[in-house]
Amino acid sequence: MPATSSARSLWSRLEPLLPLVSKPIQYVGGELNATPKDWDAATVRWALMYPDAYEVGLPNQGVAILYEVLNEQDWALAERTYAVFPDMERVMREHDIPQFTVDGHRPVGDFDLLGISFSTELGYTNMLTALDLAGIPLHSADRTDAHPVVIAGGHAAFNPEPIADFVDAAVLGDGEEVVLAISALVREWKDQGRPGGRDELLMRLAASGGVYVPRFYDVEHLPDGRIQRVVPNRSGVPWRVAKHTLMDLDAWPYPKKPLVPLAETVHERFSVEIFRGCTRGCRFCQAGMITRPVRERSITTIGDMVDNGIKKSGFEEVGLLSLSSADHSEIAAVAKGLGDRYEGTDVSLSLPSTRVDAFNITLANEFSRNGRRSGLTFAPEGGSERMRKVINKMVTEEDLIRTVAAAYSQGWRQVKLYFMCGLPTETDEDVLQIADLAKRVIATGREVSGRGDIRCTVSIGGFVPKPHTPFQWAGQLDHQSTDVRLAKLRDALRCDKRYGRAIGFRYHDGKPGIIEGLLSRGDRRVGRVIEQVWRDGGRFDGWSEHFSYDRWVAAADQALAGEPVDLDWFTTRQRDYAEVLPWDHLDAGLDRDWLWEDWQDALDPDGREVEDCRWTPCYDCGVCPQMNTEIQVGPTGKQLLPLSVV
Amino acid sequence: MPPTQQPPPVQRVRIRYTKRGRLRFTSHRDIGRAFERAVRRAGLPVSYSSGFNPHPRLSYAGAAPTGSASEAEYMEVALASPCDPDAVREALNAAMPPGLDVVDAVTAASGALADRLQASCWTIRLPGVTTGDAERATAAFLATDAVQVTRMTKRGLRHFDARAAVVSLRTGEAFDPASADPAQPCAILQAVVRHGEPSVRPDDVLAGLREVAGLEASAAPVMQRLAQGPLDPRDGTVGDPLAPDRDTRDA
Repeated sequence: MPATSSARSLWSRLEPLLPLVSKPIQYVGGELNATPKDWDAATVRWALMYPDAYEVGLPNQGVAILYEVLNEQDWALAERTYAVFPDMERVMREHDIPQFTVDGHRPVGDFDLLGISFSTELGYTNMLTALDLAGIPLHSADRTDAHPVVIAGGHAAFNPEPIADFVDAAVLGDGEEVVLAISALVREWKDQGRPGGRDELLMRLAASGGVYVPRFYDVEHLPDGRIQRVVPNRSGVPWRVAKHTLMDLDAWPYPKKPLVPLAETVHERFSVEIFRGCTRGCRFCQAGMITRPVRERSITTIGDMVDNGIKKSGFEEVGLLSLSSADHSEIAAVAKGLGDRYEGTDVSLSLPSTRVDAFNITLANEFSRNGRRSGLTFAPEGGSERMRKVINKMVTEEDLIRTVAAAYSQGWRQVKLYFMCGLPTETDEDVLQIADLAKRVIATGREVSGRGDIRCTVSIGGFVPKPHTPFQWAGQLDHQSTDVRLAKLRDALRCDKRYGRAIGFRYHDGKPGIIEGLLSRGDRRVGRVIEQVWRDGGRFDGWSEHFSYDRWVAAADQALAGEPVDLDWFTTRQRDYAEVLPWDHLDAGLDRDWLWEDWQDALDPDGREVEDCRWTPCYDCGVCPQMNTEIQVGPTGKQLLPLSVV
Repeated sequence: MPPTQQPPPVQRVRIRYTKRGRLRFTSHRDIGRAFERAVRRAGLPVSYSSGFNPHPRLSYAGAAPTGSASEAEYMEVALASPCDPDAVREALNAAMPPGLDVVDAVTAASGALADRLQASCWTIRLPGVTTGDAERATAAFLATDAVQVTRMTKRGLRHFDARAAVVSLRTGEAFDPASADPAQPCAILQAVVRHGEPSVRPDDVLAGLREVAGLEASAAPVMQRLAQGPLDPRDGTVGDPLAPDRDTRDA
């Protein structure tokens, strides 16, 4: 981090170049509720990055929350930076303009810390672009006291090993409290005159127990390529690093000042997170495993946050976010209370995709009192009942038909169904049952509504095994088999003229999923592949128009040459119990033996079903005792009071 | 359930707003969204369209291109209950981001606002261009009857004349006080351009200057609309398009 306080703005150099690039508004900042702060008044300065384009990154809740939490401290400052599009990258290189923040247009290299939030692993190459443009050495080992400390967070940081060479540190779990704890440590170290330089600062962060500093751990391999062990290479560094859990969401009602961009973004709404965590136990779901236990926001806090958010943002849509929003203990009262409050206004409410449950139709009706019955989304995930048992998402076909019948009979015209392809033990037959299901959905819809314009969209994604889930040991389905299976499903959906046009089919080919799989379950050797891809021009790997599978394959061949491991080894290979996984030293609270038993139950046709521990006894996943946390759910019994709405 | 039929507006307020500083990069669509949110945040009793998806009745006229600054953009807000236009201006201005400043508001009288927006007065800053070069180029441009230019539009490449729409074109200062490098020459052109179809924009005038005299700036030119409104046929000046509404109120 730079020794001098430098508040230089790049704006005067940037402005003349903006007419040359696409969508220049994404680089100018000036959003409503943005918080420009005095550079010299702050001791600890963060650049917060979402490693995707502004239009994707701006609505991200994680960055927005940390931005606010930090800027509320008079001694700290946070500015935001996003991945620049390739045309802008060319212009910046040509004119020697470094990666900049959109708030103050300051060089990212001038900050004390660069925090990068990874919702997905496909942002790794964009991180390298940003580091390189910022003039920060790509490798942590090459950085000096003059460079910011680079810290990764977000769900992908639960296995940061593929980017271990590029980041100085990683933080697991909820960021609200730990971002302040890290800032306090940095502040103290700066106030003391930066004793021991960068190394000591990283050591202090590591010794705190809540920050993973990869350089302080050595990874040793077996001759066959598997990991032998991961050990601290100096004293004072914990053997395992634990995730952070925010226990009182009502005390942290962020965002309080929602950022409202001028540019169009992917989510044009104000979102309130109504609870965090999920214990439904879907075995594929990393989010549900790593965010335990469930912690609800109370109905009154939700009501206050919605009211405040609408007033401060002017958004007309409010999203009630969580991993399974209909599971909030007082969701009916929330829906009715908000429905009453905003009836007759242009404020609309929405839920993300919900479980297949007729109750959710009642909720959806509350949320669309203005008469709009556009579409409902359900996520059965598995096409056959057998598959849904394997993934522990127990929904019967009759549940689904009952639910869609309720939807279509109450005026909904379109139902969207999410599925996955490539789940463990899956056969063609399991996937083809999606077609039968979709046809039954249409037939039911026509029957109950008496209309012919009923539609159903089948949206299907390739399954990618993720760390810290029961499926972390699974072999991923190769992309050829995924494509063959999806082609069979498409033919099955199209072959019957009676349904063909009523059923939409959306899918992606299997190749991007394989690369996501490589990055999800990779170890430190995968870092070389990422760097090679980036040097070969890899950018925006989450965007189909930029992603190149061939580039990744070539880079993997080149970067892993001479190693006993390759792309298949990281993706399609099934692991066994004894293998040390790259993330075993990172503690999400889940008991490894419980995960393994759950994996065995998935493979066993007579395996146990896992119920939700909110309503049934604890099944010992390990999180609460390990993290000293507990489930926090209502009901509170309170109601939302009507507000006088403008 | 049939959509609710919304009552017609009781008042229309015409507004002048600016695109200043870095918000000159705001596109027309971006501004539309910003105003929709601003009326909601400001709590204005705005009138809504009928239908399943009611939208606030806001209409725009003669928007400046993305990247061009402006002191004179116009829009109209339809209201469901009567308001003092000054209060509308203040409330909207407070709810809009700085740079998109609401600077004038009057209650609409008769006549369409768009019909009064006949011409615009622009300044064009040309970094790296001396006054002498600019004067020679403008003289050559004005001496011709027609200058064919091309522009890529949504409907493809279009060829049209950029000369006839130019009412006047003058050259100003040689140094730009706003420039990062005050030592660098920077000619400033002032142009009055008549609106029409196809519309001739200041960058089309620059294309014309390049065409007739090879005039090239060293960096991206910066354009700013100073005024748009009725064109005075006698002296070629651009008037205040809200004047008829003001006169009606004063009468």
